[in-house]
Amino acid sequence: MKSMGEMLLKNEDFSEIVIGNTAIVRGMVEAGTRVVSAYPGSPTPEIATAINSIKHEDRPFYFEFSTNEKVALELAFGASVNGHLSTVFFKSVGLNVAADSFVQLSLLELIGGMVVVIGDDPGANSSQNEQDNRHYAKMTYMPVLEPSNAQEVYEMYMDAVEISQEMRMPVILRLTTHTCHAKEKVDFHKFEEKEFDKTPKFNPKNGPYIPITEKVYPMKRNALKKLNEVKPKLSKLNKLYDNGNKEKGIITMGVPYLSVIDVLEEAHYKPDILKLAAVHPLDEEQIVDFLKTHDHVKIIEELDDVIEKEVKVIAYENDIKVKITGKKDLEEWIGEYTPEKVYEVLSNEWEDILPKIELEENTPDVSIRPAQLCPGCGHRSAFYAIKKALDKEDITVADIGCHTLGFLPPYEMGQVLLSMGHSMGTASGLSLFNEDRKVVAFLGDSTLFHAGLPGIVNALFNNHNVTLVIMENGTTAMTGHQNHPGTGHNFNEVTDKIPIKRMLEGFGVENVREVDAYSQTKLYQMVKESTKEKGFSVIIAKHPCMLKFTREQRRKGTYKDHKVYIDQEVCDHAYVCVEDFACPTFQKDENGNIHVHPDLCIGDGSCIQTCPVTAIKHEKM
Amino acid sequence: MNDIFNVYMIGVGGQGIGLLSEILIRAADYAGLKAKGVDTHGLAQRGGTVESHLRIGNQVHASLIRKGTADLVISLEKTEALRGMNNFAKNNSSLIFYDTSWQTLFVRLGQDKETTHKQIEEEAKRRNIKLYKIFDKDLEEARMQNIVILKNISENELIPGIKKEHYLKAMEDLMGGKKLDKNVEIFQK
Repeated sequence: MKSMGEMLLKNEDFSEIVIGNTAIVRGMVEAGTRVVSAYPGSPTPEIATAINSIKHEDRPFYFEFSTNEKVALELAFGASVNGHLSTVFFKSVGLNVAADSFVQLSLLELIGGMVVVIGDDPGANSSQNEQDNRHYAKMTYMPVLEPSNAQEVYEMYMDAVEISQEMRMPVILRLTTHTCHAKEKVDFHKFEEKEFDKTPKFNPKNGPYIPITEKVYPMKRNALKKLNEVKPKLSKLNKLYDNGNKEKGIITMGVPYLSVIDVLEEAHYKPDILKLAAVHPLDEEQIVDFLKTHDHVKIIEELDDVIEKEVKVIAYENDIKVKITGKKDLEEWIGEYTPEKVYEVLSNEWEDILPKIELEENTPDVSIRPAQLCPGCGHRSAFYAIKKALDKEDITVADIGCHTLGFLPPYEMGQVLLSMGHSMGTASGLSLFNEDRKVVAFLGDSTLFHAGLPGIVNALFNNHNVTLVIMENGTTAMTGHQNHPGTGHNFNEVTDKIPIKRMLEGFGVENVREVDAYSQTKLYQMVKESTKEKGFSVIIAKHPCMLKFTREQRRKGTYKDHKVYIDQEVCDHAYVCVEDFACPTFQKDENGNIHVHPDLCIGDGSCIQTCPVTAIKHEKM
Repeated sequence: MNDIFNVYMIGVGGQGIGLLSEILIRAADYAGLKAKGVDTHGLAQRGGTVESHLRIGNQVHASLIRKGTADLVISLEKTEALRGMNNFAKNNSSLIFYDTSWQTLFVRLGQDKETTHKQIEEEAKRRNIKLYKIFDKDLEEARMQNIVILKNISENELIPGIKKEHYLKAMEDLMGGKKLDKNVEIFQK
C-alpha cells in the first residue's frame, strides 16, 4: 500500500496520481511553509486529510483547525508578521466569516509571507451560494492566482509563496471545486530543504500594524503601490496559445480553460487563447497586446463578469478597435463551466465553430435521489420527535450541517437558512410581534462554536422568546468528521472538552435540557415544556454521529453486524417507519410490504419505538 | 475524439465509488494510458447520488465528461444505472451495473415509481447499449460490491488496454493487509 504521507515528504523527482487538495500539501512542504490553519469546509477539507497523512512528528509545519475561518486567518496572519510563512484555507463562504480581518491584510507588511487558499464552488455543489470571491480580491487589493488542474495547484502555490514573500503581501490561491477534486498524475520535484529560523521577528517597526486615523492613507497607498508593482510578476505566469488566428481570440482561466481546450479538439477552427493564471490584477500591457492582434475577443469565465468588465475598460482606455464579448445571458452567470456548458457558450458566440449536437432527452424519468440522513442518525430521531411536539404553523429555523437535511420531506424541520450560525439571530427576529407561532432554532455542535455563540448571547441579552435545539453529534460530520472544541481532541492532541451544557449555564441560560436524541418520548416532552416557557431555552439533543461510530468500530474490528427486521405477521402497513420516520433502510415492495435493507441497516434500533404495533424487532444475536 | 475513452461512474453515497474510481485511474496509469478523473465530494455522500468521471486518452484536457459521451457507464445500483445511462451513455456503448436497489426517498414516500429491470433493458436495447447486470449472491459484505463490479470490468475487458494485472497493481497501491487480501480474493474469484 502506498503511503500518502511518505509521498508528500519524498525529496526526489517523482510523479503520482493525486487530487488538487493533495498536491497543494506537497507545495507547502517544498516551499517551507511553517504555519497552516483552516476551518473545514467543502471543497477544501481533503487538504487536511493529506496533512493528516504525514505523521505528526514528521510534519514540517504546524497545522490546526481553528474554531472558524476568521480565527484561522488571524492565526496565519499572526504567524506571518512574526516571520513565518503561513497559509490559511477554507471554503468560499468561509471568506465571509473571515472578511473583517481579511480586508485588512494588504495594508500590512506580511514579513513571513501568507497565502490565502479559497475553495470557490461554482455549481454550488456544497455551498449555499455561488459567490465569486474575485470581487473580494478587487476590494482588498490582493493578487489572485487561479490554477486549472492539480499540477498547477502545486506549482502555483509555490508561485504564490514566492510573490508573497518578496512583496510582503497576501496572495490568494483561488481553487474551485473541480481543481480541488480533479485527479491526475502530477510531476513533483526534488527540493531544497529550508533552514528554519525560530526567532520571533515581530517588530512594530516593520509596520505600521495599527491602521488608525492618519496611518490609514499611507498604508492604503502602499497596498495600491504593491498591487501595481506585482503585475509583471503575475503576467509572466499567464500563457498565450497561438493558433495562428488573427481574427478570433479567447481569454479564459482555471477550469473553464480546460473545458475550452477540451471542446476545441472538435472545433472547425481554433481561436488564439490567452490563459490567465493571475486573474487579478491584470497586466494592462499583456491584455492590450492580445486585443490589438485580434478582431474579436471572447472572455470565457465562470460565475461573474469580472475579467470581461476589466478587459472592456482596458480596450476603452487604450482606444483599441476590437469587438469584446463575454456573458450573453443570465444563464452564463450560473453554474460551473463544464465542457458541456462551454460547448454551449462557444456555440452561442460563434455559430460555426463547433459541430451541432442534438442531445436527445432520454427517458424514462428516474426518481431523484437527494442526500439523506444516514441510517441510525440521531438527527432523524430528533426531527421525528420534535415535529410531533410542534404545531403545524410553528416556525423552525435551520442552520448549516448534516441536520440541514431535516428540511427534506417527511420532516420538513428547518424552513429557512442563511449561513453558519445564523439560526439564533434569525429565530429571534421571527419571534418579535409573534404570540401565536412558536419559534424553534437548530444548531450543530461544531457550528455552535464556529459562529453560533453571538446569537445565543444576544438571545439572552435581549431576552428573546426562542427554543434552541442543539443537535450534538460530537463531530463536524458533514465535512468528514473533524474535531471541534467540544470533542476533547484537536487536530494534534487530546485537549480539554468544552462542555456545551455547562458553558450555556455559565452564560446564565436557565433552562438547558439535555437528552439522548434516541429518547424520543423525553425529547418530545422537553420540546413541549421548553416552548411553553417564556424567554430563551435550550435543548441539547445528543447522539454520536453513527457513520463515524460504525466506521471506527469497523476499523477496530469491533463492529457487530446486527439488524432489525419487520415481523410481517404483526405489521399492519401503517407505514410510519417508511413514510414518517423515513430511515432509508425501510423499503416498500410491490405488494406494499416493508423490508429492512440488509446493506443499510446498522441495527441501532432507533426506529423500533416509532412502530405503532411493534412490528420492528431486533434480529436475535 | 476517437482515441478518448470516457468512463462515467454513478452510485449512492456510501457504496464505495471513491475506491472504485481510484483503482480505475491507477490501473489506467499502470497500463500506460493517460488519464484524468474527478469524484463528487461533500454533501451528496450522505446517501445521495454520487458520480465520478474518468477520461482516458492523449487528447483529454478536462476531467469532466460531457453528457451523452460516455463509452462505459458503471453503476453500483439499479436506479442509478438508468439515470447514468440516460444522462451520460453514448448510443452503442456499454452499461455495467450491480443489481441492488436502494429506493430513493420519493419512492419510499410513495411519490415516485421505482425503476424496473424492464425499463433498463428496453432502454439499453433501443439505444444499442450492451448491458451487463451483475450480482453475486454469495457476497457477504455489501461494501465489496464495487470489487465484484471491478472483477467483471476486468473479465469482460470493458476498458480497452487495461488488463487484470493493472487492476491488481492499482489495488495494491490503495489497500494493505487483510483488507487487500479480502478484496483481491473477491476480485479473483
